[in-house]
Amino acid sequence: MLLGLAAFGVAQSAVANDELVKMQQDPNQWVMPTGDYANQRYSKLDQINATNAAKLHPVWTFSTGVLRGHEGGPLVIGDTMYVHTPFPNNVFALDLNDNGKIIWKYEPRQDPNVIPVMCCDTVNRGVAYGDGKIILNQADATVVALDAKTGKEVWHVKNGDATKGETMTAAPMIVKDKVLIGISGGEFGVQGRMTAYNLKDGTVAWKAYSVGPDKDLLVDPNKTTSMGKPIGENSSLSTWQGDQWKTGGGSTWGWYSYDPGTNLVYYGTGNPSTWNPVQRPGDNKWSMTIFARDADTGMAKWAYQMTPHDEWDYDGVNEMILADIDIKGKPTKALVHFDRNGFTYALNRETGELLSADKFDPAVNWATHVDLKTGRPEVVSQYSTQANGEDKNSRNICPAALGSKDQQPAAFSPKTKLFYVPTNHVCMDYEPFKVSYTAGQPYVGATLSMFPPKGDTNLGNFIAWDADKGKIAWSIPETFSVWSGALATAGDVVFYGTLDGYLKVVDAKVGKELYRFKTPSGIIGNVNTYTHGGKQFIAVYSGVGGWAGIGMAAGLSNGTDGLGAVGAYKQLSNYTQLGGVLTVFAVD
Amino acid sequence: MRFVSAFLLLGTCAAGLLGSQHSAFAQSDPPYVVKDGLVDQATYNGYRRYTESCMRCHGPDGAGSSYAPALAQSLKTMDFQHFADTIVNGRKNVSSASENVMPAFGTVEDVILYLDDIYGYLKARSDDKLGRGRPKRIGEDNG
Repeated sequence: MLLGLAAFGVAQSAVANDELVKMQQDPNQWVMPTGDYANQRYSKLDQINATNAAKLHPVWTFSTGVLRGHEGGPLVIGDTMYVHTPFPNNVFALDLNDNGKIIWKYEPRQDPNVIPVMCCDTVNRGVAYGDGKIILNQADATVVALDAKTGKEVWHVKNGDATKGETMTAAPMIVKDKVLIGISGGEFGVQGRMTAYNLKDGTVAWKAYSVGPDKDLLVDPNKTTSMGKPIGENSSLSTWQGDQWKTGGGSTWGWYSYDPGTNLVYYGTGNPSTWNPVQRPGDNKWSMTIFARDADTGMAKWAYQMTPHDEWDYDGVNEMILADIDIKGKPTKALVHFDRNGFTYALNRETGELLSADKFDPAVNWATHVDLKTGRPEVVSQYSTQANGEDKNSRNICPAALGSKDQQPAAFSPKTKLFYVPTNHVCMDYEPFKVSYTAGQPYVGATLSMFPPKGDTNLGNFIAWDADKGKIAWSIPETFSVWSGALATAGDVVFYGTLDGYLKVVDAKVGKELYRFKTPSGIIGNVNTYTHGGKQFIAVYSGVGGWAGIGMAAGLSNGTDGLGAVGAYKQLSNYTQLGGVLTVFAVD
Repeated sequence: MRFVSAFLLLGTCAAGLLGSQHSAFAQSDPPYVVKDGLVDQATYNGYRRYTESCMRCHGPDGAGSSYAPALAQSLKTMDFQHFADTIVNGRKNVSSASENVMPAFGTVEDVILYLDDIYGYLKARSDDKLGRGRPKRIGEDNG
């Protein structure tokens, strides 16, 4: 009997795995926040295309009833759409057969004291589906599994302690019989980690810290490699002073990828805490790192630290896009990553070999280049907040702390071989100073002011990137940072949203605008697509907020004169107001 | 020393006492120094500590955000006692229409030790004596 049960368990997990691997290839559904395991955000649907995109129009809308920033996007599983909200993290199941009628809604009760310990707005980037369950990451670090049909809770588990500033904003990802859950709180000195919970009951399968002793990191000092070499013992501890790693950050609040071929999961880690580099000597491993881990055991196969000893808050958490493409003319099983630090990294995703690192915004100036032999950036001393020191204002660093690109995910079209990247075009002055750690309180230690690069007035660009050549193919200037996730389709069209509220559709080959519609609020959500009744739809949340909503609602500032008219710092609040709405588009 | 005693007083619940200690000087002299657009070290430190602990909700330079009120406006009417009390004890305004929560900073060194400086900086902003951005210090190499 016991044997029989065990065998059943194995069979069931294999089914869950196969189910999702198959479903993520079905363009009629949108089964995970990232679109597919490879994070390509590409759909084979082509009913809406470059010829008819101008005829797009909104066909139905849904108010979420929540005002804060709406990141992520809805899932579509069969005839049901799952809509999520920022704190209080409500979830709605909508019946696509009945004009979006609410089948069930889940309204968690959370202690509102979690609100002020969320770094940059109470955002949430989406729910995950697998094995008949909807997995929700609540702000207060509770993971909840809901029955996808009824919305009834199946299990819940605590993934962190919100009173210490451990919160959750990232979307979960389900891989096989496990769900991967990250943690936020890089501005509160958390010890970052990735945890895999068993989908069946919420028990911990494995937990891998970003910083700390080897046993907590889930690494094999002899087998886990970085830049082709074993990382050796105490690879993290030896890069921190004393026990600073305990409040060392390396949170995991971005997106996760999975390659069923290599059975590896990929994700990046966030900033080391504090933002004052002088206070934490060393490389601060493994903050700012791309990890490749075995999906079953969590054991790291390879790791690559992009920004050793961060001095600018360039979190490495942005999505890892898996694509089989040419890099420098050579066919490659690639991982392509547009980092906050302004470089596009292309690595061999099986071995972790670094193949290229190119600036995707010409304004980037903190480093001249990345040495492909050592993997280290060549930092320009003028822009080194470490070299300039505490209480010194380092000026005109590009990009700003929010990065040349933040979490807003890019898309990749296998048809055009181009990556479509929402970017920030913002620079900063940065002054680090000494701070003390208090559990549950901001642990930042730097002031910064942000502004567009010299001579420019646009704060964002939407670019098409050729990863083979390491070059921008075309670029569309945007008044504000582009904070919305992109979507590319086989119809040779690309979709993205803007902070002033437009959903825009452009030609995938040349970037020519084909359609725009002003939604009720600024868009920081990610565009998706699906079919219902054989017809293609486009769905996106509007609802301004997030880092952009907080930092820019009051307008940008600059202490220096002569950077152009005050008009350059157009206030976002003159364009849009808060409020979460789902808008669905179609062509008749 | 003044900071230490302020900290102890607050720690033992006497925000009111602290307020009265301040009221005389708050009425006669502004709690900041701004000369020709340059500020003294205390006001400058207030800017830094504000940016460290308050900016993420209250917006850059006390200008407010969609998340929390503009303190450069609030301090036009809010006195030091009310200001200190709010920082020490926090504030909650949670309803179906709003979910504003300010944590209590009563035991947070980076805030409470520099309460005077933060107040001075924001008061200079609310008195329109100081513009947006990082203020320049008197005597600093401001090149």
